[in-house]
Amino acid sequence: MRHIISLLVENEAGALSRISGLFSARGYNIESLTVATTEDQTLSRMTIITTGSDRIIEQITKQLNKLVDVVKLQDITEGNYIEREMMFVKVKAEGDTQRGEVKRLSDIFRARIIDVTDTTFCIELTGSGSKLDAYIKALHENNIIEVVRSGSMGILRGEKALTL
Amino acid sequence: MELSGSEIIIQFLKDEGVKHIFGYPGGAVLHIYDALQKQTDVEHILVRHEQGASHAADGYARATGKPGVCLVTSGPGATNAITGIATAYMDSIPMVVLTGQVPSHVIGQDAFQEVDAVGVSRPCVKHNFLVKDLSKLAETLKKAFYVATTGRPGPVVVDIPKDITAPHIKIPYEYPKQIEMRSYNPNFKGHPRQIKRAVELMLAAKRPMIYTGGGIIMADASQELREFVHKLGFPITQTLMGLGAFPGTDPQFIGMLGMHGTYEANMAMHECDVLIAIGARFDDRITGVTSKFAPYAQIIHVDIDPASISKTINADIPIVGGAKQVLTEMLKQLENTDLEIDQSALDGWWKRIKSWQAQESFAYEKKEGLIQPQEAVEELYKVTKGDAYITSDVGQHQMYAAQFYHFDEPRRWINSGGLGTMGFGLPAAMGVKLAFPDKDVACITGEGSIQMCIQELSTCLQYDLHVKVINLNNRYLGMVRQWQEFFYEKRYSHVYMDSLPDFVKLAEAYGHVGIRVDDPKDLHDAMVEAFKLKDRTVFLDIITDQEANVYPMISAGKAHNEMDISPLQQARQAALKEKGELV
Ligand SMILES: Cc1cc2nc3c(=O)[nH]c(=O)nc-3n(C[C@H](O)[C@H](O)[C@H](O)COP(=O)(O)OP(=O)(O)OC[C@H]3O[C@@H](n4cnc5c(N)ncnc54)[C@H](O)[C@@H]3O)c2cc1C
Ligand SMILES: Cc1ncc(C[n+]2csc(CCOP(=O)(O)OP(=O)(O)O)c2C)c(N)n1
Ligand SMILES: [Mg+2]
Repeated sequence: MRHIISLLVENEAGALSRISGLFSARGYNIESLTVATTEDQTLSRMTIITTGSDRIIEQITKQLNKLVDVVKLQDITEGNYIEREMMFVKVKAEGDTQRGEVKRLSDIFRARIIDVTDTTFCIELTGSGSKLDAYIKALHENNIIEVVRSGSMGILRGEKALTL
Repeated sequence: MELSGSEIIIQFLKDEGVKHIFGYPGGAVLHIYDALQKQTDVEHILVRHEQGASHAADGYARATGKPGVCLVTSGPGATNAITGIATAYMDSIPMVVLTGQVPSHVIGQDAFQEVDAVGVSRPCVKHNFLVKDLSKLAETLKKAFYVATTGRPGPVVVDIPKDITAPHIKIPYEYPKQIEMRSYNPNFKGHPRQIKRAVELMLAAKRPMIYTGGGIIMADASQELREFVHKLGFPITQTLMGLGAFPGTDPQFIGMLGMHGTYEANMAMHECDVLIAIGARFDDRITGVTSKFAPYAQIIHVDIDPASISKTINADIPIVGGAKQVLTEMLKQLENTDLEIDQSALDGWWKRIKSWQAQESFAYEKKEGLIQPQEAVEELYKVTKGDAYITSDVGQHQMYAAQFYHFDEPRRWINSGGLGTMGFGLPAAMGVKLAFPDKDVACITGEGSIQMCIQELSTCLQYDLHVKVINLNNRYLGMVRQWQEFFYEKRYSHVYMDSLPDFVKLAEAYGHVGIRVDDPKDLHDAMVEAFKLKDRTVFLDIITDQEANVYPMISAGKAHNEMDISPLQQARQAALKEKGELV
């Protein structure tokens, strides 16, 4: 099962390596990990996407909670949640046909072209991981120059929140 | 009070009540050593290898319950200490390790004797800190002691760059009495409703079993455990780490469980219907193959660390809480309940257990002119009246010590269980002796293990640490040889200790007394002699049977009821079967 674990972590050097180190040391899967500070500069918010049996997920959350740098943790997949990922794609865009095609496709996916040159487009797209996958698939493979994905972030719907 | 970083460290240790630290100097900690030299409140023990410092601090902590402290230099000092840190981590021992670091402005430049101590130690510490700011030094030290000693204890490393300790930069210092960390809350009382369910389940048991471990000792809950076990009248087994929490000579104690536990403890684990686990972590040395573990049992598991619960074996009633608090609450509920123990079922259960005990799974054959390792430990037990502090190294001798020295008190049995670190015994014994100078302290070791930290004999001389080294010298890496005998058709690969030093002469060269014994007849007198020499360190080199094996044994992939038993026990089983008395 795939789980999204949200964490509030002390914004301190070493916190990230403790967490990633835990995953490698104990052999847990890690699909993606995103991290940035929150409105409170002393806290970082982290989203970890991982997979494993119920027992493993239970161990992962317990072991994470045990880390002294982890202030709070929630497995948001246990509730109603929203998940988004952001992606940049740089594609070849030469000649009217190709440029038009990429533009049409981007409209369908509600992607935005954020940089243009004579020969390339840079496109920004936000959505679920599978939407990003679908967009990449729809582009001609040999047109893609570069793909940058942020990894997923998640948040609970409604009034529930992961705060101090 | 305006103090330099170095002075803050020393003053803080005083304020924290630290009397002894174990260490070894070097460039990055020179300022601290200069501050140490100017005072007498904190005594520094100069070891001969940083591994010795971390093991000695660990031994001190295990014997006293107070955190052990060591101080080492950057780079090789820190890496040498790592084995001892990992040893303490695996057994959840409170320890604070101060490592010197190169000056802040050269960190990351591959400076002389630079190693990323925080990075290197990270997987084997409870937590660690790099001090980046002199103004945070005292607070960081306080956090280190707080984290090391609370909740599930463990070692904490504080890495201190040299510039932080510079003598000419002084700041105001005040001892931080209290510390709060929003991300760390170590106190769990145990959920009363869960405890109630547990009490109901244990009272309904027909074949109950209590299984406890190191957590009882860490919680200082021996007294509560004794009351609990006596009140219920249930059988109890303890892990290697739990020995002494419940008295080894109490008839309700049916021996250690696990790979080299008693036949009766393992059989009872296999057949019990309710298992009450407290402060034990279901290590693979005790579960055997997990799919066949305690197949008929409902499991109650009390542990202060939620991650210990249902890690390897699923718990039916998990209770996250300190052993002392939970046992106190259980005792209270037992006092107030109307439920009753099924006494006739319990009597039947004890009868079955006694029939297993009758097979005497630890029995061994004495031989004329050839010392059995077991009899050496038995003799030690007699001569010290079961009242010594015993440390050990790792191997067969460690198992014999656990099997034949019956610890009646907690913190008397000091060994490396989780990491299984050869070299632990002697430095750990130094730590114990430092804490309890008037007590008998013996290190049961093997000729392999003792050579891993033998340099500490020199420390023993310098600080009058008069420990007794009981070297069960079988000229083999015996534990490994035993595996090669059982599982590799006696293809002994690199386990014979050829060219051993003359341990008697070696002990003498270090300024100690060396005694060699190779005949069972002389064993008693030699032991008496060793312990009579109160103010000497004595090295007893006991030449033992080379081919002795540790029994019973649960080998890989086997369940508790599938032990390999000794030839003697096999014979006894056969005889009982003949008489129709084998249940
Ligand atoms: C050669 C060799 C052979 C071995 N053979 C055996 C064997 O036959 N049998 C055996 O038992 N072991 C054996 N061991 C040791 C084994 O590897 C483990 O170290 C040991 O079984 C673990 O003991 P424990 O479960 O008591 O855990 P410990 O490591 O002592 O852990 C204690 C547990 O208590 C918890 N705890 C801590 N504080 C508290 C508190 N205040 N309240 C409640 N809980 C708390 C901790 O979270 C942890 O889960 C052997 C080791 C070696 C080296
Ligand atoms: C540092 C370290 N290296 C290797 C081992 C593996 N090991 C476990 S027991 C053992 C043999 C110990 O020999 P000795 O000290 O003579 O004890 P004996 O088993 O003979 O009593 C070895 C090599 C270990 N536990 N620790
Ligand atoms: Mg040996």
